[in-house]
Amino acid sequence: MSPRNALRTTTFRLALAYLAIFVASSATLLGFIYWATSGAIDRESEQIIEAELTGLREQYRQWGVVGLVRVIEERSKGDRADDMRYLVAGPRFERVTGNLSAWPPELRDRRGLVEFPLKVRVGDRQEARQTMAMAFDLPNGFRLLVGRDMKERSEFRERVLGAIAWSLALTLAFGLAGGYWVSRHLMRRVDAINRTSSGIRAGDLQQRVPVTGKGDEFDQLALNLNAMLDQIERLMSGMRQVTANVAHDMRTPLNRLRARLEVTLIEKPDEARYREAIQETIDEADRIIATFNAMLSIAEAESGAKTESMARTELPPLVDQIAELYEPLAEEKGLALSVEHAGRAVARADHHLLSQAVANLLDNAIKYTPSGGSVTVRTAETAKGAEITVADTGPGIPAESREAVLARFVRLEQSRSTPGNGLGLSLVQAVARMHGADLLLEDNAPGLRVTLRFAAVANGRSTAK
Amino acid sequence: MVATATATRTNPSLGMKILVIEDDREAAAYLVKGLEESGYVVDHAATGPDGLFLASTQPYDALVVDRMLPGMDGLTIVETLRQQGRNMPVLILSAMGEVDDRVKGLKAGGDDYLAKPYAFAELLARLEAVLRRGHTGQPTTRLAVGDLEMDLLGRAVRRRGQAIDLLPREFRLLECLMRHAGQVVTRTMLLEKVWDYHFDPQTNVIDVHVSRLRQKIDRGFDKPLLHTVRGAGYCLREPA
Repeated sequence: MSPRNALRTTTFRLALAYLAIFVASSATLLGFIYWATSGAIDRESEQIIEAELTGLREQYRQWGVVGLVRVIEERSKGDRADDMRYLVAGPRFERVTGNLSAWPPELRDRRGLVEFPLKVRVGDRQEARQTMAMAFDLPNGFRLLVGRDMKERSEFRERVLGAIAWSLALTLAFGLAGGYWVSRHLMRRVDAINRTSSGIRAGDLQQRVPVTGKGDEFDQLALNLNAMLDQIERLMSGMRQVTANVAHDMRTPLNRLRARLEVTLIEKPDEARYREAIQETIDEADRIIATFNAMLSIAEAESGAKTESMARTELPPLVDQIAELYEPLAEEKGLALSVEHAGRAVARADHHLLSQAVANLLDNAIKYTPSGGSVTVRTAETAKGAEITVADTGPGIPAESREAVLARFVRLEQSRSTPGNGLGLSLVQAVARMHGADLLLEDNAPGLRVTLRFAAVANGRSTAK
Repeated sequence: MVATATATRTNPSLGMKILVIEDDREAAAYLVKGLEESGYVVDHAATGPDGLFLASTQPYDALVVDRMLPGMDGLTIVETLRQQGRNMPVLILSAMGEVDDRVKGLKAGGDDYLAKPYAFAELLARLEAVLRRGHTGQPTTRLAVGDLEMDLLGRAVRRRGQAIDLLPREFRLLECLMRHAGQVVTRTMLLEKVWDYHFDPQTNVIDVHVSRLRQKIDRGFDKPLLHTVRGAGYCLREPA
């Protein structure tokens, strides 16, 4: 993946947005600290200046100008002389004493605290220092000035501004780098999925999304995708199998049909023979159509798109009606067909498809049970859910073949002497799946017992639909 | 063969005018030929608009309409005709055989629905059935075919005055055949009308039911009423 792509990812954009929020909030925080601290320094300076003025005024009141001058001279040389400014001036602002060379013009007419850049001599050069000062008129026309150098505050401001600038710069740098790294890292995982899917699109259905084993959300996604791919592969191979079976099972009757017509054409013209051949051809075509219809029914059940036709269905009447349809057939074959109901079995079902499935089960049971046997259809309301069971005393299905018979076109009887297309149980299975029902093939000792077990229907829904 | 067999019978539908709306030329040609052989007078329209025009301007006794048509859907044609107050029976043909499609077809105003591929005999039987339905609007309490009588209210059946004991399903089966007396009723039609199933039971269970009914109503009488029409179905009719 190119670096440019990493910058275009959602992750990177998210990282940028996150970074912007983070920068804004830290700038606000530092700004507040700056504002609060520099305010505190200002207030401290004001207090110092006011305290000094009060002290000096007291000196003046006690000792007069001479006393004041002496104190000022002392203080101008004292350990605080570096950041404190003192000046006593005459009525025309002429300097009397103090550590300032002249009365600053900013303070000539103004009273109260004034902040201004003051030129001071540091060593042998002039420097403009931000100074906070206050002037006070003495009763005899003299003036007193007390000021404080705000260098400390300026330095603090510089330091804080520098810190803000640096921290923002570092945040930005780390944020961008981190965002880039995270998005590249995520992109690698996404790329793995993309590579797999394009591989699959290119025709290799065997490919799977790599799972890192970290158990994170990407692994979860990969596992889900792989499960889906497994399912698709299963369906595809099932489809291939069916297509192959369809091809085989359709080709046989079509070939027969074609051969019959061809032979008839070769034979000596004979109307009666022609009619017979045509009738046989129609019968064969009907069988092919019936097979197609059975496949369509299976497809219909498998599409699962019929959920709207599913309704709360009482199983006993449904089974009674089917049994009634097949009863003469069973009797004709010398079979005892009995119907039993245990409880009021109810399931959510598509009446039409379920009837067809039960019909197929009964049809099979009657077809494969030899004369003198019995076929029993039973509905039951069990703790596990409603059940429909069709049991016969026929040859049964060996345990190892029970799975196989559910597949399409599979018929255990190699000779295929009994009529049928090998789709009956496939339809039953498709219908069972569509209903979320279990299809159980068991040994009836002797014979086969097929059970359709439905999920329980909530009683509260009894009036729905 | 079936067509000629039906035609040689005195067909009350003989000479009735049918409009076939079907876009598949070859299928339409067979259909028209088959229907003509069976004694109908047949017109053919190959597109939806043509079909609708003919059906709204000419008097037809019945329509056979394909669902998928160029220009206009078959169901729309039927709906439009019904809105115009034209109530001739309509048989809808469709490549879609699912129950939902059947319901849609009947809701649109079709009288019967037949999924492709269909047997011509099936179409003929159903066409006859819908044609006949158009004529009898009265609710009946008694049915009679020859010397066979059915009392629908008392649920009793007699032949030549002799009571015949029928099971409920045999009664329903006979009622269906008697209501369509003189017509061919196919196995699929019986399965639909008597049992309300629209699927193909793999073994022909209907044959067994009919043969039981035949034993009860025809056994011991010299002239059988219930006939098997090869390749098509059954027909209950008065002996000639």
